[in-house]
Amino acid sequence: MLNALEIAGTKPVLSETGDAVPGQWFRVRAPLSRRLRILLAVFSFLLPLAVWSAVSYVPFIWHPDMLISNPGDVDYLMPGMRVKKATFALEIANAKANHAAPPQGIPCNPVYLPAPGEVLKAFYTSFTTPPRDQNGLWLHQSLWQSIQTIFWGFVISSLIGVPLGILCGSHSGVAKLVEPFIEFFRYLPAPAFGTLAVAVLGIYAGPKIAIIVIGTLFQQILIIANTTRKADFALVEAALTLGTRNLRLLTSVIIPSVLPDLYRDQRILLGWAWTYLIVAELIGATSGISLFITQQSRYQHYANVYAAIAMIGILGLGTDLVLAALGRKLFPWDKAAA
Amino acid sequence: MSSSMISYLEQPIDVQARLARLKARNIILSVEDLSKSFASSKDEIIALESLSFSTHQREFLCVIGPSGCGKSTLARILAGLEPASGGVVRLDGRPVQGPGRERGMVFQGYTLFPWLSVRRNVMFGLRMANISKAEAQRQADEWLALVGLEKFADAYPHQLSGGMKQRVAIIRALVNRPRVLLMDEPFSALDAQTRQRMQAYLLEIWRKVDITIIFITHDLDEAVFLADRILVLDAHPGRLREMIEVPLPRPRDAAQLASPAFIATKARLETLIHGTATNGEDEPYPTVPLLTNVSDEVE
Repeated sequence: MLNALEIAGTKPVLSETGDAVPGQWFRVRAPLSRRLRILLAVFSFLLPLAVWSAVSYVPFIWHPDMLISNPGDVDYLMPGMRVKKATFALEIANAKANHAAPPQGIPCNPVYLPAPGEVLKAFYTSFTTPPRDQNGLWLHQSLWQSIQTIFWGFVISSLIGVPLGILCGSHSGVAKLVEPFIEFFRYLPAPAFGTLAVAVLGIYAGPKIAIIVIGTLFQQILIIANTTRKADFALVEAALTLGTRNLRLLTSVIIPSVLPDLYRDQRILLGWAWTYLIVAELIGATSGISLFITQQSRYQHYANVYAAIAMIGILGLGTDLVLAALGRKLFPWDKAAA
Repeated sequence: MSSSMISYLEQPIDVQARLARLKARNIILSVEDLSKSFASSKDEIIALESLSFSTHQREFLCVIGPSGCGKSTLARILAGLEPASGGVVRLDGRPVQGPGRERGMVFQGYTLFPWLSVRRNVMFGLRMANISKAEAQRQADEWLALVGLEKFADAYPHQLSGGMKQRVAIIRALVNRPRVLLMDEPFSALDAQTRQRMQAYLLEIWRKVDITIIFITHDLDEAVFLADRILVLDAHPGRLREMIEVPLPRPRDAAQLASPAFIATKARLETLIHGTATNGEDEPYPTVPLLTNVSDEVE
């Protein structure tokens, strides 16, 4: 009758050494070895790359177009042009019917899906190729412009958002005065303020930074406030019995106790700021990485476009990894970060 | 109770003399007609009702009672962390309001500041009182040496064991030179062995320092082992049931745990507390039906 209980009592469901238990194939949050963790992380990048490579290099998976190598007698075709396979077949049939030379070509993917190899090459060449336009920017110049926009947007947002959020999270009066309006305002999409920002701040860096601030600040206040609210009240009470009063409760107890969590919040918010970057750069005079992407797509240099987009990802992830490592150094007592 | 059994009321001469000396000392903290009620959605819950008592200088007073008797609430009111609904708490004759460093508190959950080293935890109260860093550090190191933790001065709290954490918490409160030390079930999170060592160690510290201790506990042995007097609370509402004078001589040691006086006092506490549990725990638990075919292995 109590078989299940007896079994649970005699055989541990999870063995202490971490070895798999027979019959237990789905283990909730089972720890992984370091080697396996690294291996899986590498695979998480390799897997999408493998799919992309397969689609790019194995002809029968997709390749809906034909890359013309010899136009034959067809007037409008030129070497290097891509046409739909149906069109290509039609032209061959036409040429045969008219006893003209048929076009020749090889199957290929559409121009907007370059192969991984091309994008990899573009990573290098987009840094070494001078801009086509006279007033165009090199890729590294575009990136630097974008980084500056992000930096100032995030710094301005944080200078307002972090102190205000901490105040909201530690004082009920301030919270009630500030938060209802913020709750409303955060639903207004930041890009909607684009034209307004241009009218007020001109067409250069100003409105772009403003869009990032608008997009980040209101979420930031609420997130920082919520984190601050999670400060262990027992520590506040302990500090009270040790003679701590008023604002020193904030500076000596609440802020230090939530500092690692605030730091983590800031890392997540910085990621959000990046997502507003492209929209922000398209406002007013297009600038930064968005200008580079726009120009390259105009010339159908899609490999460069992909390289530029990937560059944003690499910059974002790189920054976050550096900040995470810095966090472990800054807060050695924080167990959650270890 | 058989006549051969020793009564908890029988005090040896030396204990009698000690308690007389104790009561002749100054009153440090007094509670007059204290009450506390919480408003709930339906009605008021009375946690404490017309509670009066006082503690003398260097007294060790334990507060004990069934769960839900409001003993933690009492500690929090004395610390000033919660307002009373009625009555007065006086420290050295003056009514107190709000928390203050002259009433130190040790909590069950250690409440050490995890971002500060052990030394800086101990220095915290002194720094809040604007005592210079050098002086605060000197005093902190002195206290750390007293409890044998000088080697851990630069460690962080999460690197310490439970007993060590609680020792730090005790001296963090004591370094402020409070008039009274409030301890709210400070050892209940520790394992049994560490708890016993900490009890003995607390008495050791208490002997060396001029401090009055009010110690909240639900552990009868702990109360008898530590206290000069034990305040027994009723539950629902929390009222003074009895003030027991512990008939054990000092210094206390583990051998006394088996003495007739100890057992008699504990028996009295048991009658007082278990006779009054009223929070649903007094209802008998249902009998467990037999669920196994194997009946000969377990008696």
